[in-house]
Amino acid sequence: MSDQDRDNPRREFLRKSLTLIPVVTLAGTGLGSSVLQAAPESTPAPAVPKPAAAGAGEYQPSFFTAEEWAFINAAVAQLIPNDAQGPGALEAGVPEYIDRQMNTPYAAGALWYMQGPFNADAAPEMGWQSKLVPKDIYRLGIAATDQWVKGLSGKTFAEQDSATRDDLLKQLEAGKPQFDAVPAKIFFNLLLQNTKEGFFCDPIHGGNKGMVGWTMIGFPGARADFMDWVERNEQYPFPAVSIRGERA
Amino acid sequence: MATVMKKVDAVIVGFGWTGAIMAKELTEAGLNVLALERGPMQDTYPDGNYPQVIDELTYSVRKKLFQDISKETVTIRHSVNDIALPNRQLGAFLPGNGVGGAGLHWSGVHFRVDPIELRMRSHYEERYGKSFIPKDMTIQDFGVSYEELEPFFDFAEKVFGTSGQAWTVKGQLVGQGKGGNPYAADRSNPFPLEAQKNTVSAQLFGKAATEVGYKPYNLPSANTSGPYTNPYGAQMGPCNFCGFCSGYVCYMYSKASPNVNILPALKPLPNFELRPNSHVLRVNLDSTKSKATGVTYIDGQGREIEQPADLVILGAFQLHNVRLMLLSGIGKPYDPISGEGVVGRNFAYQNMATIKAFFDKDTHTNNFIGAGGNGVAVDDFNADNFDHGPHGFVGGSPMWVNQAGSRPIAGTSNPPGTPAWGSAWKRATADYYTHQVSMDAHGAHQSYRGNYLDLDPVYRDAYGLPLLRMTFDWQENDIRMNRFMVEKMGKIAQAMGPKAIAVIGKQVGDHFNTASYQTTHLNGGAIMGTDPKTSALNRYLQSWDVHNVFVPGASAFPQGLGYNPTGLVAALTYWSAKAIREQYLKNPGPLVQA
Ligand SMILES: Cc1cc2nc3c(=O)[nH]c(=O)nc-3n(C[C@H](O)[C@H](O)[C@H](O)COP(=O)(O)OP(=O)(O)OC[C@H]3O[C@@H](n4cnc5c(N)ncnc54)[C@H](O)[C@@H]3O)c2cc1C
Ligand code: SF4
Repeated sequence: MSDQDRDNPRREFLRKSLTLIPVVTLAGTGLGSSVLQAAPESTPAPAVPKPAAAGAGEYQPSFFTAEEWAFINAAVAQLIPNDAQGPGALEAGVPEYIDRQMNTPYAAGALWYMQGPFNADAAPEMGWQSKLVPKDIYRLGIAATDQWVKGLSGKTFAEQDSATRDDLLKQLEAGKPQFDAVPAKIFFNLLLQNTKEGFFCDPIHGGNKGMVGWTMIGFPGARADFMDWVERNEQYPFPAVSIRGERA
Repeated sequence: MATVMKKVDAVIVGFGWTGAIMAKELTEAGLNVLALERGPMQDTYPDGNYPQVIDELTYSVRKKLFQDISKETVTIRHSVNDIALPNRQLGAFLPGNGVGGAGLHWSGVHFRVDPIELRMRSHYEERYGKSFIPKDMTIQDFGVSYEELEPFFDFAEKVFGTSGQAWTVKGQLVGQGKGGNPYAADRSNPFPLEAQKNTVSAQLFGKAATEVGYKPYNLPSANTSGPYTNPYGAQMGPCNFCGFCSGYVCYMYSKASPNVNILPALKPLPNFELRPNSHVLRVNLDSTKSKATGVTYIDGQGREIEQPADLVILGAFQLHNVRLMLLSGIGKPYDPISGEGVVGRNFAYQNMATIKAFFDKDTHTNNFIGAGGNGVAVDDFNADNFDHGPHGFVGGSPMWVNQAGSRPIAGTSNPPGTPAWGSAWKRATADYYTHQVSMDAHGAHQSYRGNYLDLDPVYRDAYGLPLLRMTFDWQENDIRMNRFMVEKMGKIAQAMGPKAIAVIGKQVGDHFNTASYQTTHLNGGAIMGTDPKTSALNRYLQSWDVHNVFVPGASAFPQGLGYNPTGLVAALTYWSAKAIREQYLKNPGPLVQA
């Protein structure tokens, strides 16, 4: 290091932080030292992901009603099932994630241009043209789906067996049932999008508990320092870390 | 009644790349400079603070840093016969907002320009004859040459701290066998930093491209390959390929931005002021309409403020530069029927095609690794590096693997035919997320008589002013070129020997899709040129009609480039600033006689 560099505290910081960032910066968050001292190099990846930190059952929804909550839990379990590949949407806490999202500006449509006139029947390449916002779409979409399913079998969506639920979701995806209040496809696409968000987001948002989504595909989360890995045709060996400093 | 502020020498609208460069140049010239930025103050701290910034949901998915389109968006229609609809959710493009503009969260692919693209019409006419250019294609020359711009490309690269490998420097071959681009124009200096390392996917692309006879090179990136101090004394640390680059603030001080590379030099100056949360509504003109008196803006408390100034710089990004000119009555609005008028003319975009190749588990592409400007490219089909004669289309396309880092919510792709959910989706996502290569043909896009910008008659922004309306669709030339590029790039993909391939290209009859991200490389609408009948600005980016208004940005491009625009945007801004400093300030008036 040249004299000039030594005189420069920020350059010093940058040099040091290069190799130490995941450790050093997490220390600043005041999280448990077990997380912090586990230098990535010394710990091999666990073969199996740890079980989810909390079951979906413990969370009390603040937006969804009991009926809606039953629907959400039943639907996301089909979209990302718990199977041979590993934990699914329920274990990842996706219902909690979606419920928490319902209290954000996003769910109220506040991130979108929502001045009329609206042309909800515009061609898909014109993008989102509906007046509905995520909160409305869930409320209307769940009610319409349950009503439709009851009309077919006398039971709600959540009361169906797994194969039937899959079949019903496929019909929603294809836009088969004609709902007055909300197009089935719009409802399905929103549900699927939010489900994947909840499976793969940083746990700070309430989903991806235990980082099960990241572990399934080999995404290392908030490590964000790959200087030594750029050129290597090798599997990246270190488990995911989250913004709060948890390790998968 | 608007509050009237004390007059300044120069007011700059927008503090992104162009605004920051102009602010630096004009303060150096001794002017009192005020920059008005509609969005909030933003900087590496706190907006790029680790680990909070490593949050895909907040940034890529909810798009925290981009323009707040609940307040202002554009309307879009495919032809003059359609009714335009507002772009209600950010989709095809992601304009910036706040201090740094899109320059704070861009990717950093930092090119110059292929010299022929500055004289697009002349070049094609000379090589292929006038009739080769379709009748409704309105491409034209920039009115400035590569040789004239070379010193400004050179300086901009030094300011940005750009990593790359030169091919020739002052005519001397330096880049053979080292990742230089044999099609690149001559340079006066090497890149400030050597090229970055290559990801596995870029290595695979380079190897396959060589096998099929193309000439791969390292992408020039404004992501640092080592520590760097720029001519303004701003310091950068080496990029660590964190993979949270495009759409994110760089926590490592490694990606060039107005905030890291220019603002630190402006902050201490007594003759510079930056006012965030100041949304400019219009440029005010005097009674002759040939001189601007300043601007009117809304401050953070909602108050209307009038800011007098001798010189007005519009650095508000392509879309907003054009809209502000239309709202202020600077230049004659373009009419696509008569072909007359200039403001809104020659709107152009980017003609993209993408191929994804999927591999077995022994090929580890580790797609979470990446840097925004990094990769390996070929220029064999860019610009006019091949004979267009037999193919019957205008324009070229670089092709590349630019692994900027892909994240799990928005960045997973599976082989065609994979279901979108359920166990089969889970298995495929687990199998392929870290075993795939995505490559793009980043096609140039030409301008046409019918693709243009004007003010929307129906939809308004949060301040009650008309939104900008985009009338735009793909033309036959675009589809032909796109299909050609897919075929050529397909050869590279095949040569990699993948298990499966997915192609995202254009088909005859396809319309512009406003919902899927393409690029934020929007061009034209306030173009530069040599004739006031066909350009809004002269070759120094000065309005032909209002001589104390200068308009830097890709709005000045008469058509879109094969390369990413910012290198040329920055060079043109320095070029324009030099003309202001050395000619205009001495003798304010038109720099070119109409
Ligand atoms: C995700 C992303 C990736 C990109 N990657 C690349 C790349 O790899 N290579 C490349 O060459 N280019 C890239 N670009 C494009 C690049 O960011 C732009 O070319 C560049 O930032 C343009 O500079 P500018 O000064 O014209 O606009 P900006 O940098 O966007 O700055 C304009 C500023 O003006 C402000 N403004 C707008 N209207 C008003 C108003 N009415 N009043 C006050 N202020 C206003 C805006 O808020 C903004 O801060 C990318 C863009 C995005 C979004
Ligand atoms: S990839 Fe490099 S330049 Fe981009 S944000 Fe990460 S450290 Fe910064």
